[in-house]
This record gives sequence, structure tokens and C-alpha cells, in this order.
Amino acid sequence: MRLADLTQHAGEWLRGGGPMHDVVISTRIRLARNLAGMPFLSRCSDEQKRDLEGRLRGQLLDADLAPEVFYVDVAAAGDLDRQLLVERQLISRQHSEADHPRGVAITGSETLSIMVSEEDHLRIQVLRSGFQLSEAAEEVRRIDDQLEQKISFAFHPQYGYLTACPTNVGTGMRVSVMLHLPALKMTGEIEKVFRAARDMRLAIRGLYGEGTEATGDFFQVSNQTTLGKTEEQIVAELCDQCVPNFVNYERRARESLCARRSAGINDKVLRADALLHSARMISSEETMYLLSLVRLGAHVGRLGDVDLKLINELFLLTQPAHLQKIHNRQMDAQERAEARAAYIRRRLGAA
Amino acid sequence: MKCDKCGKPATVYLTEIVDGQKTQKHLCEDCAASEGITVKANVPISQLLEEFILQTAGGQQLSEMRCDVCGITFKEFRQHGLLGCPNDYEVFSKPLDSLLQRAHDGATQHIGKVPAYADGEQTRQASILRLRAELRLAIAAEDYERAASLRDQIKEMEAQ
Repeated sequence: MRLADLTQHAGEWLRGGGPMHDVVISTRIRLARNLAGMPFLSRCSDEQKRDLEGRLRGQLLDADLAPEVFYVDVAAAGDLDRQLLVERQLISRQHSEADHPRGVAITGSETLSIMVSEEDHLRIQVLRSGFQLSEAAEEVRRIDDQLEQKISFAFHPQYGYLTACPTNVGTGMRVSVMLHLPALKMTGEIEKVFRAARDMRLAIRGLYGEGTEATGDFFQVSNQTTLGKTEEQIVAELCDQCVPNFVNYERRARESLCARRSAGINDKVLRADALLHSARMISSEETMYLLSLVRLGAHVGRLGDVDLKLINELFLLTQPAHLQKIHNRQMDAQERAEARAAYIRRRLGAA
Repeated sequence: MKCDKCGKPATVYLTEIVDGQKTQKHLCEDCAASEGITVKANVPISQLLEEFILQTAGGQQLSEMRCDVCGITFKEFRQHGLLGCPNDYEVFSKPLDSLLQRAHDGATQHIGKVPAYADGEQTRQASILRLRAELRLAIAAEDYERAASLRDQIKEMEAQ
């Protein structure tokens, strides 16, 4: 398995399947872990950082965690390759931009990625398509148990798993669910979702996580507290109340939009579809916006026969690093806009 | 339109009807967030720390506390928001407890997973807390069989 092989399709988690996939794009759980008896990364000497990366790389590759595990030396990877990994959510932006020895172990299906030397020594991440929290929780626990047979993690009876940032301490577990909420955004009811999330002590962020404005209609809901709750409780909070409620709000908003503003919705959706079929230059922001409308249109039955898997893939494959990898050369923004429009037309089977 | 509270440009318009009385409010982003009407993204740790330091007497003394394992001072932690080594949780435990309470909804005790290699009294207590939490979940799910077995486990652990 090589990085270049990844560019031809989207990861398993973006295939557009799974429970509640009309609203829930993907489910992600990540655990933060640090080795016992080692300083956290910011206080490691250069030599310790080299040792740490080498040691963990070996342990991850030997651990037999899943079939087809491969390791990318992120420090040695080129700019485009690192950006590609960020776009695929296999590493964080912070991990891509750091300047110390670091890497990531990935499974062929991309449902598991383990970052070495991010903010914590290990960040174990499991991704699933649609709403599959229990499955993801089970998987991440299995990986953690397996690693714990070989590696002693820093653990404190009162504080739990110790992390570089105290906001992650305890379980070290962050559960995130990516939601597509175009109808709530259109009706302005999205504010209600924000309020409900706040009441439940959940965080809401934009598509590519931390610190970015929500890109278009995609929102990521995640737990804020990691201490004082069991892993099961954290999962249950999102599973039992929050996510199914948000999904229902969105479905109701879609129904009411279709009933009350039928012509308007048809117009928006069909225009978006037409633009994607005929644009000659298109930015990634506009692409996101139009794909979001097409995705909505497909789910409310306003677009006839649409390949949803393809629409989901296009969200990813039209991003800058992916486009450049697909064309196998560096491109500036204008060249990308042309290449993006051409690529979308080709994939949609337009002229 | 200006914010009713502070005069900054208002971005949130709120109409409330309470007992048939209609009131209208115009608020800026900050005031809307502080009234709990809208949410800002995650409160950054640096802000939590800053608020915490301002409220703590003897801030200066606290700033100079130092971990003798990794050498980090509380001040340096405050600046970057990242601790230097596991031992910092011991050295700074007092100021950290208040910080953790703010960040984690009042909690200062882990009740989640415990690795197999951890042992001792505190771990036993953590396990009991964990079982209690599971018991609550089992009762909420009306899984009385599991609840009974959890009660037995708790009793057993408490007797140890």
C-alpha cells in the first residue's frame, strides 16, 4: 500500500453508507495516550523525540492490530502528501505542520489511524461511515487493549490517562460525529442545535475540526469533557440523546422545506447540479456548497438517480492536495479551479 | 443596530414571549454567548487558565512552582497550555484540580477504563466509581439483571 494509491477513491468512512447516512456522514473516536515514564512531547529532547518515534513505529507495525497496516513517516513526507493525509482526516493539521520526528500508522481501509508524536505520544483514531458509535467504540477499545499488552501508558488513579493538555485527561477520549445539516441551516434553526449542544456540554465545530469556521453545511459534534465519565457514558450521551435528536430535527426541516418551499428547493438543487455539470472553473468552497445542495436534493428525492457514493467522494477528491495528486503535479489556485471543474464534469459524466 | 448590553454592533436578534409578554433583544456575539443564547466554539484552555489565575490568590507564587522532573513552571504551562510530563499532575495537583473542574463539568476523578497494569487502593476506588456509573446506566436502560450483578460486584469490591 502506498500513499498514491489512496487518491483514486475515498476512505471507507466516506462511502456514504451506515445508519442515518442521510444526515450523519461519519463517526470518529480518538484516544490520547502517552508512554509512562517519558516526558510529554513538548519537553522531550531531540534525541528522546527520535527514540520515541522509532520505538512506537516498531511497536505499531509489530502489534498486528489489523490487516494491511502501513506507516507513513510524516516528517519525511512531502508537502502534498502531508496535505493529502490532512484532507483524508488521517492526520491533524497540527501534525502535518510540526517539525519533529513523527508519523502515522494507517490501515488499508483507512478506518484506523494512529498518529505518533502529535500533541500526545499516541493518538488512536477510529473512523466509521454513518452513525456507528458503538462499533467505533468497540474497535478503539480493542486496539487500546492490544497496545496496552505491550506498552505502559501514563496513568494516574485519580486523573486517569495522563495527557499533555488537561482538557483531554481521564479517558483521553474524544467522540465526534459529522453531520450534514443543510435544511436546518437554510431555515435558520441551526441556532437551536447550537443551543441544545451547549446545554448538553457538547462542542460543535466545522468540517475540518479545531479552530476552523464551519465550512458550509457540515458540523462536527463532540464531547467536551473527558474526565469523570466512563467511556460508555460519553458514547451513550451522544448515542442516546444528542445525535438521533439532531438527525430528527434535520429530517423534519427537510420535510417542511420541501412542503413549504417546494419550487425554491427544486430551483436551488437543480441549479447546483447544472453548475457542477457545466462549470469550467470552480473553487473548493463553491464545490462544497454545490455538492451539499446536490446531496440534499438526492436525499429528498428531487434529483432522480444520483450516485450518492460519488457525491460523497467528490467532497474529498476535489480538495487541493487530492486534485494535484490525481494530476500528479503542483498547480496554483487558478489551475486547480480549472482542473477541479473538469474532474467534476468527467466524474458526473457531463460533456 | 447596537447591542442592548454593551453597545457593540448587534448580530443576534432575539424575540421572547414569556407569559404572553413579547420582548425583543439585540445582542452582540459576546453578550449573546454570555447569556447562553448562542455558543462560541470550545473555550480555549489559555482562556480557562487566565480566568483561573485571575481568581487565585498568590498567583505569583503559583506561577513559579516548578516540576523537578521536567523542569516546567506553572507559568510556562499557563503560557502554552501543555504540561511537560506525567509528574506535573502531582506537582500542580492543587491548582490543576480547580482547572479540571472548570474544564470537565466539576469532575476531578477518573472513573473510566483502568489499564490492567495499574493496581493499588486508588485504582480500587476508581473501579468502584466506575461500577457505580455503569450501574446508573444499567438502571436507566432497565437492564435489571445487569444492575443486580453490578451491585454484587460493588459490594464485593467494597469488602476488599
